[in-house]
Amino acid sequence: MKLTVEGLNSHYGPAHILFDIGFEVGAGEVVALLGRNGAGKSTTFRSIVGLVAQRTGRIMFEGKDVSVRPTHEIVREGLGYVPEERRIFTDLTVEENLEVGRQPKRPNAPYWTREKLFALFPNLGEMKNRPGGRMSGGEQQMLTIARTLMGNPSLVLLDEPSEGLSPKIVEQMVDAILTMKKEGVSIVVSEQNLHFARLISDRAYIIERGRICFGGTMAELDARPDIRDAHLSL
Amino acid sequence: MAFYVVQFLTGLASAASLFLVASGLSIIFGVTRIVNFAHGAFYMIGAYVAFTLTERLSGAFGFWGGIVVAAFAVALIGVIVEMVLLRRIYHAPELFQLLATFGLTLMVEDLVVLIWGPDDLVGRRAPGFRGAIDFFGQNIPSYDLFLIVLGPVVLGILWLLFQRTRWGVLVRAATQDRDMVAALGVNQKWLFTSVFAVGVFLAALGGALQIPRDAVHHAMDLRIIVEVFVVVVIGGLGSIIGAFVAAVLVSELNAFGILIFPKISIILVFLVMAAVLIVRPWGLFGKPEAPARKTPGLTVNPWRPLTSNERLAALAALVIAATLPLFAGNYALTVGSEIAIFVIFAVSLHFLMSVGGLASFGHAAYFGLGAYGVAFLAKMAGLPMIVCLLLGPLLGCMGAAVFGFFAVQLSGVYFAMLTLAFAQIVWSIAFQWVSVTGGDNGILGVWPSSWAASPSHFYWIALGVAALVTIALRAMVFSPFGYALRATRDSLLRTEAIGINAKRIQWTAFVIAGTTAGIGGALFAYLKGSVFPDNLGISLSVDALVMVLLGGVETVSGAVIGAIVYKALNIWLVSQTDLSKLVLGGFIVLIVVVFPKGIVGMLEMLAQRRKSTSPPGATLLAKPMGSAE
Repeated sequence: MKLTVEGLNSHYGPAHILFDIGFEVGAGEVVALLGRNGAGKSTTFRSIVGLVAQRTGRIMFEGKDVSVRPTHEIVREGLGYVPEERRIFTDLTVEENLEVGRQPKRPNAPYWTREKLFALFPNLGEMKNRPGGRMSGGEQQMLTIARTLMGNPSLVLLDEPSEGLSPKIVEQMVDAILTMKKEGVSIVVSEQNLHFARLISDRAYIIERGRICFGGTMAELDARPDIRDAHLSL
Repeated sequence: MAFYVVQFLTGLASAASLFLVASGLSIIFGVTRIVNFAHGAFYMIGAYVAFTLTERLSGAFGFWGGIVVAAFAVALIGVIVEMVLLRRIYHAPELFQLLATFGLTLMVEDLVVLIWGPDDLVGRRAPGFRGAIDFFGQNIPSYDLFLIVLGPVVLGILWLLFQRTRWGVLVRAATQDRDMVAALGVNQKWLFTSVFAVGVFLAALGGALQIPRDAVHHAMDLRIIVEVFVVVVIGGLGSIIGAFVAAVLVSELNAFGILIFPKISIILVFLVMAAVLIVRPWGLFGKPEAPARKTPGLTVNPWRPLTSNERLAALAALVIAATLPLFAGNYALTVGSEIAIFVIFAVSLHFLMSVGGLASFGHAAYFGLGAYGVAFLAKMAGLPMIVCLLLGPLLGCMGAAVFGFFAVQLSGVYFAMLTLAFAQIVWSIAFQWVSVTGGDNGILGVWPSSWAASPSHFYWIALGVAALVTIALRAMVFSPFGYALRATRDSLLRTEAIGINAKRIQWTAFVIAGTTAGIGGALFAYLKGSVFPDNLGISLSVDALVMVLLGGVETVSGAVIGAIVYKALNIWLVSQTDLSKLVLGGFIVLIVVVFPKGIVGMLEMLAQRRKSTSPPGATLLAKPMGSAE
């Protein structure tokens, strides 16, 4: 397994947010983490990369327990994270944003160069010197993904990549994610949009109120409309 | 004409050092969000170390080498400070960071006297720049020309560093979003340390380059830090260009202000700063601040009025305190009066800081204004004590009304810097305007009327006023005004959304706190029989902060205990050692790092823990530092 999460519990101050979250991701797989707003998807990702301080549980990445390591070390192991709010550095140009994400080549992961990323996201190539603050939402979303790929991750946590984007951009996003998969990047994608998730994912987990309440292939999920209707708003 | 050109060039030359120090402060703040109060101390150490090195090493190489080596050596000290102290407090509220770095400043002030002695040291002239150039009959020191060139050169180097290197890109990214930079695999710890080292290097270089122009002395840290705060408030925190432009502006204002108001040249700088703040509260080149992070006073335990038992206990304590004259001697009574006065001072700051969430670093200004108010009335108008006591604090009230109006336009560290700068301006006026204030000699012979003159009577008056003030402010906390004020502290935006004029509430709180401090100052003038500029100095402002912090910033009335313990300790300490600043500074650092909830906060926590084993999350939240698990 590429990534195994076991018994993950997280707190924000006195509030208990995640309860014994567990799931796994195989090499080269695209796994969807589905759930409504506030179900705990983002907190799960933030906990995995160590951005939530109060967390317990085991997070095995490529056979190493990373749950006690600081964020930058986890990321340097090849576990990339694309946050939901995009968090582009608005004062920095596209090229500078990419520079912040740059990490050395990794033996077991695809190697991304600026040129390769500009081929994947042609829009970005046309605005190399534009400050991040003067880009559209779709362009910013592409830039966050490209920025994380500059770190040559072998697995990427993608937090709601389709949120707030126009259908045309969502199509481009699907293509980009499938290209990433073809290159050999494992992906965990959190989504509220089942349609989008179905286009890219091999398997899915459903999270509800901080607990995993379903795990299986997309076909298995389609066979259980009750679960789908109970936990996902369509 | 030539004279004005020369005056202008002198201003430009002074701007160089100011720019170096201010840009260092700005860079450090941008990434770490710490306003490094100790920046002036690093500037001062830079000057001292450079003095020693340039004295030991001979020749031009020795001089310039000594300057550069001094800056590097001080940067190394900065690295140690960052790793040992600052890393522990990055997640603490801003107030604690300011206080910890201030504690450091105090320690350094005593340390440099220990190492280099108390006398001014006059350094070597710079080899190659010893002479002066004749400009239509006016002399311009050639070293000034060197500094004039150096400023833009350093600006250019910094620009290249930030625009053209990976380190610069990372620093700019971290200035905007630290967590995201970590989430991209960058080790924040070393980024922070390197940024701090660069900032301290600039400060130390600024200090080292001053030695051919000015004598090196152990008060140069506070002088520069106040100017630097003014510069970054005008230029905008975090902006290097802003630091440069504002450094030039402030230096020129100083250079020409002397011609216009020879006695109180600082007024001109103040007027410009006020104008900038009205038009662009975040400075000429700064950006509007994001909503402030946690402010002190945000507490997990909701405040409640005292129960009737607690009221009885407080009353009993007051009665016991009132019996002091029955058995104590005159010295003890004088100390008791002083402590009571400092209780007034501390609760007034506590009201502003804990209830209003506005940490003033210049609260002594209003204490001192109250004292000067009394002195003017008593000495110049010859009014009786009771009238002076009633009217004197109005000077503190007026000062608070004027400065408070500007200060509440800002919040967080900007508020702290601005209040400090205002206090320093008041101090400068008291110090420089000799014909009115007596300058350094102060105003003597402010004695109480005969009915209040005996130590026991005066003690009872001070104690009574302290009790009244404490009760009044406490009642205000639980009044509708207090609710509104606490609402502005907890969420400014939501407060305004429900129709409260937040700025007016904060301004009112500022005026109340200033007036109350003025009452303390008025009594203080009569206790000492004299008034000095020190009565509104920075160290007194910091005393107040420490008293509040020691008592517990998250409590309703911790300041009372804090004032009693601190003042008693302070009086004892000063009588025991010459190194009181060193001990006091170390004490402040210690409180911030290991004892951040204060005495009363600790007691409350213990009491709570005994009552019920509180959920683990709650105590975690109460800790200032976000510890894992």
